[in-house]
Amino acid sequence: MTNPIRDIAGADFIFAIGTNTTESHPIIGLQVKKAVRGGATLAVADPRRTGVAELAKYHLQIKSGSDIALLNGMANVIISEDLYNKEFVASRTEDFEAFKAAVVKYTPEYVEGITGIDPETLRQVARGYARAKNGTILYTMGITQHICGTHNVLAVANLAMLCGHIGKEFSGVNPLRGQNNVQGACDMGALPGVITGYQGVGLDEVRAKFASAWSVEQLPAKVGLTVGEIVEGASHGNIKGMYIMGENPVLSDPDAGHVVHALENLDFLVVQDIFLTETAQLADVVLPGASFAEKDGTFSNTERRVQRIRKAVNPVGKARADWEIICGLATAMGYPMDYGSPADIMKEIASLTPSYAGISYDRLEQGSIHWPCPTADHPGTPVLHAGKFSRGLGKFSPVEYVSPDEMPDQQYPLILSTGRRYYHYHTGTMTQRTGSLEVHYGQESLEINPSDAQNLGIGQGDEVRVSSRRGSVVLKACITDVVPPGLVFTSFHFPAVPINRLTNPARDAIAKIPELKVCAVKVESA
Amino acid sequence: MANVTLTINGIKVIVSKGTTVLDAAARAGFFIPTFCHDPEIPRFGACRICVVEIAGMRNLPASCVTEATEGMVVNTESPAVAEARKTILEMLLANHPQDCLTCEKNGDCRLQDYSFRYGVKGPGFEGKRHEYPLDDSNPYIVRDMNKCILCGRCARTCAQVEGRAVIDFTYRGFDTKIAPPMDTTLAESDCVYCGRCLAVCPVGALTYKRMAGKGRAWEIEKKPVTCTFCDSGCLFDLNIKDGKVIGVTAGSPGQGRPLCLKGRLGLELLYCDDPADPQMKRDGEFVKVSWSDALGLDGVLDKIRKIEGK
Amino acid sequence: MADVTLTINGRQTSVAQGSTILDAARKMGIFIPTLCHDPELSTVGSCRMCVVDVKGARSLVISCATAAAGGMVVETESPAVMEARKTIIELLLANHPQDCLTCGKNGDCRLQDYAYLYGVRGSNLTGAVHQYDLETDNPFIVRDMNKCILCGKCVRMCAEIQGDSVVDFTCRGFNTKVAPAMDTTLAGSECVFCGNCAAVCPTGALQEKGLRSSARTWEVKKVRTTCPYCGTGCSLDLNVRDGKVVGVTSCDGDVNGRALCVKGRFGYGFIHHPDRLKSPLIKKDGQFVEATWDEALGLAARKLGSIRNQYGSDSIGVLSSARCTNEENYLLSKLTRAVIGTNNIDHCARL
Ligand code: SF4
Ligand code: SF4
Ligand code: SF4
Ligand code: SF4
Ligand code: SF4
Ligand code: FES
Repeated sequence: MTNPIRDIAGADFIFAIGTNTTESHPIIGLQVKKAVRGGATLAVADPRRTGVAELAKYHLQIKSGSDIALLNGMANVIISEDLYNKEFVASRTEDFEAFKAAVVKYTPEYVEGITGIDPETLRQVARGYARAKNGTILYTMGITQHICGTHNVLAVANLAMLCGHIGKEFSGVNPLRGQNNVQGACDMGALPGVITGYQGVGLDEVRAKFASAWSVEQLPAKVGLTVGEIVEGASHGNIKGMYIMGENPVLSDPDAGHVVHALENLDFLVVQDIFLTETAQLADVVLPGASFAEKDGTFSNTERRVQRIRKAVNPVGKARADWEIICGLATAMGYPMDYGSPADIMKEIASLTPSYAGISYDRLEQGSIHWPCPTADHPGTPVLHAGKFSRGLGKFSPVEYVSPDEMPDQQYPLILSTGRRYYHYHTGTMTQRTGSLEVHYGQESLEINPSDAQNLGIGQGDEVRVSSRRGSVVLKACITDVVPPGLVFTSFHFPAVPINRLTNPARDAIAKIPELKVCAVKVESA
Repeated sequence: MANVTLTINGIKVIVSKGTTVLDAAARAGFFIPTFCHDPEIPRFGACRICVVEIAGMRNLPASCVTEATEGMVVNTESPAVAEARKTILEMLLANHPQDCLTCEKNGDCRLQDYSFRYGVKGPGFEGKRHEYPLDDSNPYIVRDMNKCILCGRCARTCAQVEGRAVIDFTYRGFDTKIAPPMDTTLAESDCVYCGRCLAVCPVGALTYKRMAGKGRAWEIEKKPVTCTFCDSGCLFDLNIKDGKVIGVTAGSPGQGRPLCLKGRLGLELLYCDDPADPQMKRDGEFVKVSWSDALGLDGVLDKIRKIEGK
Repeated sequence: MADVTLTINGRQTSVAQGSTILDAARKMGIFIPTLCHDPELSTVGSCRMCVVDVKGARSLVISCATAAAGGMVVETESPAVMEARKTIIELLLANHPQDCLTCGKNGDCRLQDYAYLYGVRGSNLTGAVHQYDLETDNPFIVRDMNKCILCGKCVRMCAEIQGDSVVDFTCRGFNTKVAPAMDTTLAGSECVFCGNCAAVCPTGALQEKGLRSSARTWEVKKVRTTCPYCGTGCSLDLNVRDGKVVGVTSCDGDVNGRALCVKGRFGYGFIHHPDRLKSPLIKKDGQFVEATWDEALGLAARKLGSIRNQYGSDSIGVLSSARCTNEENYLLSKLTRAVIGTNNIDHCARL
């Protein structure tokens, strides 16, 4: 996020696209509700009539995957009605003309054909965002999990720059991260192309710095493989061994059947987790890690706020804190790693990472810190891009609408979209074992519009089989107009409903995010 | 000494011969509730809350008086055991005031602990209740015999000091009561207000008057101090709330530890942030006296201070 | 902003214009009991517990809702104030179950605190008492409306922070009750079981089901940490008893204040779930068998090492975790790059 969570409540226009905030990020949802209670205008773009859409003045019930058309359409209105922030565009950005030219064709009428949104509504929303004193944009996986995910993000950024709603309080471009420490995992270099703080592996000076700090002669320069590519490599035999810590790709990744085959194809698989997950069951060696309550450390939340977690109880049985396990493995591989505590590891991170340089456990005792925090006396940076973008001038990147990779056809006439539920989390490893959440929300169902249900002869609560080209699952039907005709929806939280056997592994060419929000399916009574 | 091996809740435990099942269970890390058991004066076996199930025994024996024997198989929390404990608690509560709201013992009371543990919300039935008057006849000990569960620990610890035995069981049946001879108040008895009975009472029947209303159990931190007034070396607890010492209470009342009033008052004077005036019996009545009067010897304060280095 | 100067219990103080008498007293470290007041919620001034004596005023004034004024002379514990507070407590206790014996809030209950503080042992008043059924039909919150003192904090929490307005006052007079619309149970309402109402309830009327039935308030140790679920990063207190996490309570988090969602507040059960992996496992003939750490780490190190040596570093792939800590992700990146010698590391940020 460019701005802190608490800023949302201060915005007078909130544009939430592809985020069911009140359900997936309930406490961020409270800020949205607070803003709305205070008179802010909320516009929600989502194919489903989600909880947050219910609160909105405008619900833009767009067709799945038509986000770029919508965003470009808004820009078209804002430019043609001369509502854009000329001062900001002139002083803080570049390539405006190219962008302007690219959106010319996205008139509200043209956009209607792609998104299904009435031109007048589009105009009102565009005007509202442009005229707002502080407009903020929130988005999540509804934007990123498309083959054009990166372009979707650029389209969002274009819109914010066009109106100057970035680099100041109560505004910004705010992706809400789904998992507690996705932000931190990225910051720490659990990515194929960068080490900590997004320092590229391709840069000689970066590699030299880390090689010397880590006491090795050299570090690999070639950008590594993404999750999807690693799995692909495993299925082709190029990847022979894998080490998976705290992830469950068998349930979380698209085309799950294929993932299982790929992992089975490995010579050797180590899985480190707190439960014997569907992925761990395929392992040769399973290492029992510690839960968040059993170790010290830090998480970085979606607003780049670094916060402590603290050990409250001992790990169960012989389980060990994951950092200790990694140290043990490295040592066993002939590279002694010896840290007294996570505080020591943070010292090393700070010494190698400019954006974390000022962060230490001593400071975190006083309170959380937003990175970038370059020095020990720097207060942290709640608002990014104030006065200047990290790259200097903000660059407009013209992007074009493309349709999703797999569109419905005669054989698979419906679109399946997947997402999250309020009561559950990720692949359910934790939330299916709480003694409360799974008691209250114990069974997953497939949301299907009444008209589709009627055409298919499906009744409320009926068992249905939903199938794509890749696989099928059986679950109960929940007939509801939360989903429009032609769209069905469910979550990936339930091992009994491994919906990712169906999803499409087609990926965004740049960020390699799979298109989990759209695939073609058919539904029949089971 | 010879050892015996027994099984408690499925775990093999080796203890020396003569050990009670209660102690063997504690050794193995299993908690068994007790009311009347006093580790200093063991083997009373009256309250029966410590019952366990032992394979081959017809009844549920009290673990505090049952010796562990070779091959014994014990279950400390079987359904029958839990049922028995619940019944005991219900019977006790049937004749117990519902007074935790403001009871001085709230938060450090065994009856309450076990009621919570076994989910006994109140008496299972309505019965006859005692309506004893509160005995606050003296400035040190408040006796509320309505809350007494007749565990007898106070009487036994009192009798542990030569020549005391001020209180004991009197009457019978429903009227059984712990009292000084002739069922007088404590003020009229030979009580010396050492407070060892307070230290062992598992409920709120005996409480320390000088701390009444000053703090609740969970707000108070106890810090042990040793009295240096005489050679007995009695242990007392400083009672600290919000960083302030609000009172001194008798610690563990061991053999040969008289825990006398003088020692306690001396420590109160020494440690309390705001010690209440001492009171002494003069001609059968309690009256406020000066500290040097209360502590007996002039110059004793200096002595205590010197020894404590304060 | 202009300051006003007033005298409280004989001491002078200056506070910003608009401060209440309660604010001024608290600033001076003077305690005034409150039941319905909450600094984060709107002021209703309904419980009257916070009354004080203001010289010249006709009656006792409500300190939480009365602005401090210049020259005011306030007594927070005059005999009339003490009498009034005792009466309020007596009235509340007259219609309150004597249930502290096993009540889950015993030890952290304002009604109990004040009854003890003002020496109100119970009520001399005998009147009608409520006989509401205990509501236990959901796995998160136990509602016992017999213990409700109608302070309305839950109503305001739900409306003003949670923004859902699920519960509100219903009926009137003696029958006044806080309930969801149509007096349904929470499970039958739109309630999302964030438990934020229970977090502010001053008594045992709203209790966290698991926590309050497994430990007494004085037995738990609280450990401040960060929620393990979504990326919001709410702060919370783990409640620990005998080496086990028995519940979660709110603290004042940088991100979330006291608010949490259902997962953060009630989703802790997995920590001690019997399915937890308790020993390293090695697969032998298709079956997992328990192993020592040395065996498991040794085998993993040997196998990864030999794959690296035989097929090259880039034949190994590593998935790190968006659930693990920064320190762990850093170490795994270090292990991947410095020890295995590849950049094939990723995690499921994209999912
Ligand atoms: S007064 Fe206390 S110690 Fe004495 S018998 Fe009664 S409950 Fe037991
Ligand atoms: S003695 Fe124990 S159970 Fe009885 S009122 Fe006091 S605290 Fe409650
Ligand atoms: S709500 Fe408070 S006063 Fe009422 S029973 Fe519970 S602890 Fe006691
Ligand atoms: S349930 Fe609790 S918070 Fe709500 S009105 Fe009753 S006492 Fe107050
Ligand atoms: S309490 Fe809820 S909103 Fe907050 S971090 Fe946890 S899961 Fe996210
Ligand atoms: S706290 Fe002031 S009226 Fe309730």
